[in-house]
Amino acid sequence: MSAIHCHQLCKTFTQGDEVITGLDHVDITIEEGEFVCLSGPSGSGKTTLLNAIGGLDTPDSGEIRMGDIRIDQLDRGSLADMRLHHIGFVFQAYNLIPVLSAQENVEFVMQVQGVAAASRARKAAEILREVGLEGMEDRRPAQLSGGQQQRVAVARAIVSHPDLVLADEPTANLDSVAADHLMGLFSELNEHHHITFVIATHDKRVMSYARRLIRMQDGKIISDEAQ
Amino acid sequence: MTGFKLHFATIFVLSWRNLWRNHRRTYIMLGAISVGVWAMIFMTALMRGMVDDMLDEGIRNLPGHIQIQHPDFLDDPSVVNSIDEPDGELLVALNQAGAKRWATRIKLPAVIASERESRGINLVGVEPDAEADISGIPEQISAGRFIESNQDQGLVIGAKLAQRLETRLGKRVVVMSQDPDNNISERGFRIVGIYRAKMPGMEEFNVYAARDTLQQLLKIEGRVSQIIIVDENFRDIDILYQKIRQSIPASLEVMPWYEIDTYLAAMFNMMDGFVLVWVVIIFLALSFGLVNTLVMAIFERVREIGLIQALGMRPALIVYQILLESLLLLLIGLGIGNGLAILTVKPLESGLDISMVAEGMAMMGASSTLYPSLTLYDMLMANGVVIILGILTSILPAWRAAKMDPVQALNTT
Repeated sequence: MSAIHCHQLCKTFTQGDEVITGLDHVDITIEEGEFVCLSGPSGSGKTTLLNAIGGLDTPDSGEIRMGDIRIDQLDRGSLADMRLHHIGFVFQAYNLIPVLSAQENVEFVMQVQGVAAASRARKAAEILREVGLEGMEDRRPAQLSGGQQQRVAVARAIVSHPDLVLADEPTANLDSVAADHLMGLFSELNEHHHITFVIATHDKRVMSYARRLIRMQDGKIISDEAQ
Repeated sequence: MTGFKLHFATIFVLSWRNLWRNHRRTYIMLGAISVGVWAMIFMTALMRGMVDDMLDEGIRNLPGHIQIQHPDFLDDPSVVNSIDEPDGELLVALNQAGAKRWATRIKLPAVIASERESRGINLVGVEPDAEADISGIPEQISAGRFIESNQDQGLVIGAKLAQRLETRLGKRVVVMSQDPDNNISERGFRIVGIYRAKMPGMEEFNVYAARDTLQQLLKIEGRVSQIIIVDENFRDIDILYQKIRQSIPASLEVMPWYEIDTYLAAMFNMMDGFVLVWVVIIFLALSFGLVNTLVMAIFERVREIGLIQALGMRPALIVYQILLESLLLLLIGLGIGNGLAILTVKPLESGLDISMVAEGMAMMGASSTLYPSLTLYDMLMANGVVIILGILTSILPAWRAAKMDPVQALNTT
């Protein structure tokens, strides 16, 4: 399911009279269990590519396949189902639901998936312990530091063992210790649970964890190297 | 079903907590809904009480709740179409049906003349003892007295008729009608009482005399025009009506008030329409606040809606969540509003003195004491309208939330 194939992906945006190229004929294949970093300057198309792979945004042309599924042809409901069951997202700005506690935020995806209460409570508690947030389960996002919030977001993204985790600048708001801790966690999950990671980043420390580094510029892939 | 329950639990928690994100806004909205619902139910109870009073008065004084009469009497209300005074079989039938309060009446068109004017009237011959039990006329005497016995030789007329005839209490008038042989029967009566009816129309047309006196005048001894039966409540007469219909001889016609007096029946039915219109108007005022609250609540968390879409919540579930928030707000408001209505209406059910505006009320046929009537039907109608229209007005904000583009929503600052 997790092998991703993008073929001739194009996406443009308009800003006033200006047409901005987000993706320019991008071809890429990401195999199951890979740990990939997308790097490049701001506006190079990293986030646009992540959003297209995650079904949050539709390309103007080209194909995206996840396993046998043509993501670019799914309707909104089917895209939501695909994200729910196969993809975990980690965003730059944590993006937790403010009215829910850390534990409830982690349980949220499982709740929507229909996992039974006892099972999801156990899994959420385990994963929060794994990301070092034991004892903070009942805190609301406003009662957690930036690093702690990002760890809750990571816990939410991986708790239901998705095939793919898409992370957009996950360390941008973290100090170096928290960033290293988070990347160590990602590496461990990749190695032990064979979760595919695609991480968009500027951060050289993050890139150092990647086993494959794809550089983008002006919506194009300018290099694609194994590390 | 299990999936639905799990979704419901998730969405309920989100909806409930979102509701209390902005306490002040929620309290203001709850205040508006509660006061609106209270006003709907309270004012409906006052209106219902007023209209019930008017209807009850009109029904008891004119058709009664149920009438027994000659089958042709409604088309031709003359003495020819009279029936025997109830005795034997008919009395047994009335008792078996459970009719406790009833009276016989003679009712026919006649002409009344004073020394100055003459008018067409509705001449009513009554049994004063029984009449006191079923109609309000004896209590409405403003000068003189009501008919005192079945042989009383006096006449009771309305104040408005007295004015038209330019006559007064103690003066003599002549009443003319036709006997069964179509001969003119006439005699002089002294006006012994003047009444003021709650329904002004009655004052001008209904003239009361003793039943036996009219029987002699019209040469119809032992016969009457109608048997008037009154039950506990004019709303709930159908059981008694059916029983009487099954018990009485087939040669007699029995009719409920709403078939006899279609004007009063129309008023009665119109009241329900009135209440619905009233409830909808109040709701329309409320709906602006409700929609505004929901729209603001959605604008406030555009990013969060983008997030839950990104995490895999289907657009339909987002609609469901926003509608549930609206429903919770409405249900709490309804609970408070209903509670307030019960607390304020119940103590007033024994009577609310509105004598300050009694003259205006009298013009509409209502008394100076209002008896608010809190009915389950009216409460259910107000609650139903608020829930249904509340959910309908919430669909647009919910739909807008579900249609948000997740990428744009997540990038909202």
